Amino acid sequence: MINKYRWWEYVLIYTGIAMFLTFVLAPFVEAFVVSMRPLDALFSIPYRFITDEMSFDAYFTMWKSVPLLWRYMLNSFGIAAAVTALALLAIIPAAYAFARFEFKGRDTLLAAFLAVNMVSGAVLIIPLYKVMQQLGLLNTYFAMIAPGTAFVIPTGIWLLRSYLMRIPRELEEAALVDGAGRIYTLIRVIIPVALPGIMVVAIATFITAYAQQFLFALTFNSTNALNPLPVGLFQFFGRQDVVWNELMAASLVGILPVLIVYVFLQKYIVAGLTAGAVKE
Amino acid sequence: MATASKKTDWFPYLLLIPASMVTLIIVAWPLAETIRLSFTNSSMSPVESYVGFENYQTMFSRRFPEVIARTFYWMVLSVGIKMVLGTLGAVLLNAAVPGRTLFRVLVMPPWVVPIAVGVFIWGWMYNGQFGMISGLGQRIGLLSGPFEFLATKNSAFLSTVVTDVWIGTPLVTVYLLAAMQGISPDLHEAAWTDGASRLYRFRRITLPLIMPAIATMSLLSAIWTFNSFDIIWILTEGGPRNATTTMIIDTYKTAISRFKYGEGAARAVMIVIFLSLFSAFYFLMISKLAKREQDL
Repeated sequence: MINKYRWWEYVLIYTGIAMFLTFVLAPFVEAFVVSMRPLDALFSIPYRFITDEMSFDAYFTMWKSVPLLWRYMLNSFGIAAAVTALALLAIIPAAYAFARFEFKGRDTLLAAFLAVNMVSGAVLIIPLYKVMQQLGLLNTYFAMIAPGTAFVIPTGIWLLRSYLMRIPRELEEAALVDGAGRIYTLIRVIIPVALPGIMVVAIATFITAYAQQFLFALTFNSTNALNPLPVGLFQFFGRQDVVWNELMAASLVGILPVLIVYVFLQKYIVAGLTAGAVKE
Repeated sequence: MATASKKTDWFPYLLLIPASMVTLIIVAWPLAETIRLSFTNSSMSPVESYVGFENYQTMFSRRFPEVIARTFYWMVLSVGIKMVLGTLGAVLLNAAVPGRTLFRVLVMPPWVVPIAVGVFIWGWMYNGQFGMISGLGQRIGLLSGPFEFLATKNSAFLSTVVTDVWIGTPLVTVYLLAAMQGISPDLHEAAWTDGASRLYRFRRITLPLIMPAIATMSLLSAIWTFNSFDIIWILTEGGPRNATTTMIIDTYKTAISRFKYGEGAARAVMIVIFLSLFSAFYFLMISKLAKREQDL
């Protein structure tokens, strides 16, 4: 058999995987161990990885140190959900146009959208900051949602376009022959058929919008109660009086929902990430 | 659908309105405005005037070439390590051993959690007194005493690279793994029947066939790494003594922390110029690869 390994090959493969996963997972293990250590054990010298009195105390006491943790988590979810919803409204028609129609300037427009991937938020932040300030939009959810939306649209168009191109044209042609309007056809025929692909794009968009809400929130928002999780926790980071075991507990609780979402949907996430990419 | 008619069909343009509006308002207009601002002395004060190329001249007189060089060094080092680790990871996760489904799930978390939260944890790990790296290093005798990773220039630079590698590697791994699984098993089986070793098959079959994926990913990764802000800002804010100040960090510090919008905009324009060169290169590569695939 081609895939049969000799014993030393097994040793090699498992050792490699173990080292790889150690690097990937070490920070999470460290955060967990720190959250379990009592404060005085945290600052013990010499260093000890695991101490005798491990406990979950920090998970109960952290609500006093990080009182707005729930709020940060909700903000993060709300901002990512709003970004995803708005982005889909732009992504679905655009991906459909690029997948199905020949029109003047199509390739140029597609390239222009993809070029957005190469622009970073930091490059645009000066005019965006000035305009948000003039319009009185600093310290609003809008200031964090709108820029986030623009940056997830290009990848979304790319992913959904390659999915739509695999749907047979006969479906919509039949509907059109029956006299249905083109917008009606898009909404009633294409979208239901493309729903699995749209879900993949939505999940990938949500995760991206959730993972990257730092720069715009840090710059456009100074109202603590509106902060998403990363900026909310950033305020504690590096301060002298940080209660580290509680901050680590808060970080782990904060990322738990998205990790759970990931574990359940990881098949779709991986499919979405690689679908458009590998072939094109 | 796309019947060739003489009249222009406006429907596809109609479909593109929402995406175009968002992109024009949030990306295209600010980009144009950044270019305009780079020729002004714009700052906190409401009065601004055009100053020609003054911002560009002062920028280059103040050790900016050093920042550019550092940015490229940071990017090449980080992307290089990510590609090597990602390829190795993909090979390992592609092996038909028990547990591989679980291993594949366990690889992604650094990419899934908010970048900033992952970086806080790294910030703690780099702590000299109580962090895991210094602590375990002392335990096994690699370090003679507490080592503050973010406090000295070289170690801070390397620490930000390591954290960037940690965040970027999972995506590279999964992407290359998918590319490997797209290879027809017949090729491997034919070579295997001819007695080709595993290493030989990797070099002669797997590697050439995933080369387009490696090229695409390293270019994308280069652009993302060039633009990386969260990691450096949270760990060091560009310090110590500018050792981790890349072009993005320098732009942000100038414009947002010191309110010198005009000077910051000039730096932003430099970034756009570099990224345009990247993207031109990227599209050239992609179209070449696509053409080669068509020829096959």
